[in-house]
Amino acid sequence: MDLLLEGFQQALTPTNLLFACLGVILGTAVGVLPGIGPAMALALLLPVTYSVGPDSAIIMFAGVYYGGMYGGSTTSILLNTPGESSSVVTALEGNKMAKRGRAAQALATAAIGSFIAGTIGTVLLWVLTPRVSDLVVKLGAPSYFALMLLSFIAVTTVLGSSRLRGFIALFLGLAIGLVGTQTGQARLTFGDAKLADGIDVVVVAVAIFAVGEALWVAAHLRRKPLEIIPVGQPWMGKQDWKRSWKPWLRGTAYGFPFGALPAGGAEMPTFLSYVTEKRLTNHPEEFGKGAIEGVAGPEAANNASAAGTMLPLLTLGLPTTATAAIMLSALTSYGIQPGPLLMENESDLVWALLASLLIANTLLLVINLPLAPLWAKLLRIPRPQLYAGILFFACLGAYTVNFQAFDLALLLLFGVLGFAMRRFGIPVLPLIVGVILGPKMEGQLTEALAISGGDVSTLWSEPVAVVVYSVIGLLLTAVAVNGLRRPAPAAPVTTEEKELVER
Amino acid sequence: MSIVVAYSADTYGRAALDHAVRLARKDDVRLVVVNATRGDSLVDPRYAGDADIAAVQADLEADGLEVAVRHDVVPDVADAVLAAAQEEAADLIVVGIRHRSPVGKLLLGSVAQRVILDATCPVLAVKP
Repeated sequence: MDLLLEGFQQALTPTNLLFACLGVILGTAVGVLPGIGPAMALALLLPVTYSVGPDSAIIMFAGVYYGGMYGGSTTSILLNTPGESSSVVTALEGNKMAKRGRAAQALATAAIGSFIAGTIGTVLLWVLTPRVSDLVVKLGAPSYFALMLLSFIAVTTVLGSSRLRGFIALFLGLAIGLVGTQTGQARLTFGDAKLADGIDVVVVAVAIFAVGEALWVAAHLRRKPLEIIPVGQPWMGKQDWKRSWKPWLRGTAYGFPFGALPAGGAEMPTFLSYVTEKRLTNHPEEFGKGAIEGVAGPEAANNASAAGTMLPLLTLGLPTTATAAIMLSALTSYGIQPGPLLMENESDLVWALLASLLIANTLLLVINLPLAPLWAKLLRIPRPQLYAGILFFACLGAYTVNFQAFDLALLLLFGVLGFAMRRFGIPVLPLIVGVILGPKMEGQLTEALAISGGDVSTLWSEPVAVVVYSVIGLLLTAVAVNGLRRPAPAAPVTTEEKELVER
Repeated sequence: MSIVVAYSADTYGRAALDHAVRLARKDDVRLVVVNATRGDSLVDPRYAGDADIAAVQADLEADGLEVAVRHDVVPDVADAVLAAAQEEAADLIVVGIRHRSPVGKLLLGSVAQRVILDATCPVLAVKP
């Protein structure tokens, strides 16, 4: 408790409060704009870590992450174009509500639901982080190796529609992570001294998210403008409150655990929450025509999962979403080793972050409820100007990593890769996770084998490792059985492909 | 013989349209409504929705006017208006104009200004 209060003390200093404000405003803005998510924003902000302290940077990043979850719902509801993959489900009922003239209530239930879910999630983090940290500190290298393997398998098989595409992305990421001479041997450097230090994660992340997206938008520049539904100040009536509070709590209950699992991400819990609300509602006739429960539940779920993501990130150093993966590389760039010792070595930083989550959440409610119509105006920014700015910051960010022009060439190369991945519907998350976790996993493996003197059986010598391997086994069996039982019909595949490409 | 009106889904476009309708009825000529967008931002409030533009057309036709509507995504809105005037052999273009701040002039081009300067026929500038 003392630690938490100290955290608040640090998070409430004027500088850090300013960074929290900046983070939530930026986060909402990128959440509102489709195609630009918190992951891209963080990738562009990574160079900021060179000039500000770790506490300020990480507090700002957490603000961007939470803000993105709020902002995504605005576009979903008013435009039927989810700003974020986690808001896809919100669009189902939210846009229908807006079309029936209830946009103000939809925005209000989304914002208040997000606030409640985010607050509960943050309190859960305060309780769970120290306890889980105490547990995992006892784990050895073999268990870590197993956990990382699990998160690789989970992000590729559980998320996304196509296993094949997931694994293509994962192996691309692992290959990029291999470049360099960290192990003492030159791998994939093509005899070039500039590649000897490996490829910086900043360059890869900025290229895949920012340059790839910019090229993708440039290839589809002229589109018919979408029809936006005008809206005033969000508000809710008594009836709306009555119908919203249960879905908020249920959404939180789905969101947090899914965010905390290595197979996290907000897509699954939002979808589950929607299905549950549809089953439990007292107004089944309204579903499909704009039921408030269908907005309240999923929106709470996606914010709770954002909070849940922090748990494995802070205790294990395992990212479960692309945004978390980039936060992890930001921590690493400060020389902070994320993982079980983070809580012991950097407890000030962790508690400041945990306290700032609550502050960010409150700030978001304050700036989102009255300002929703203003945020919708962001959608009028012409794309050429917007993406020119993004490309400028992308180049700046990539150049400042090492101050060498070679990185700009790499940026362009990976940017083209990012474009190709969007074109062929290959998910981005496995690639980023592969780039960041690949070298770490190799480190754990070499450590484990060094301790055991090269005996491979050490990998399943710890009970946790055995449990994790059996979970992986179960997961793969379930996927295989599912694949065998119902081969995908031809027609839906094309629509699915189209959706992936659109994203 | 025809009148081309540059229509946008706001008060300026509305004012231009009202004047164009009055003139077209007086002279009993064809009215060409041009509503275009560059389509480079996600939302363009000046670009009328399909339903809105259909309603405008239906209203005018119910009035007994001969109306053609050009509702398109184009590389340049001013060029689209000028091209419409050329193709329809228009003898008048009607545009709505607005005040612009110095910063606005610096940042944004003006469709009305381009139409006024480059048109080969008379242009009527209407203020709401």
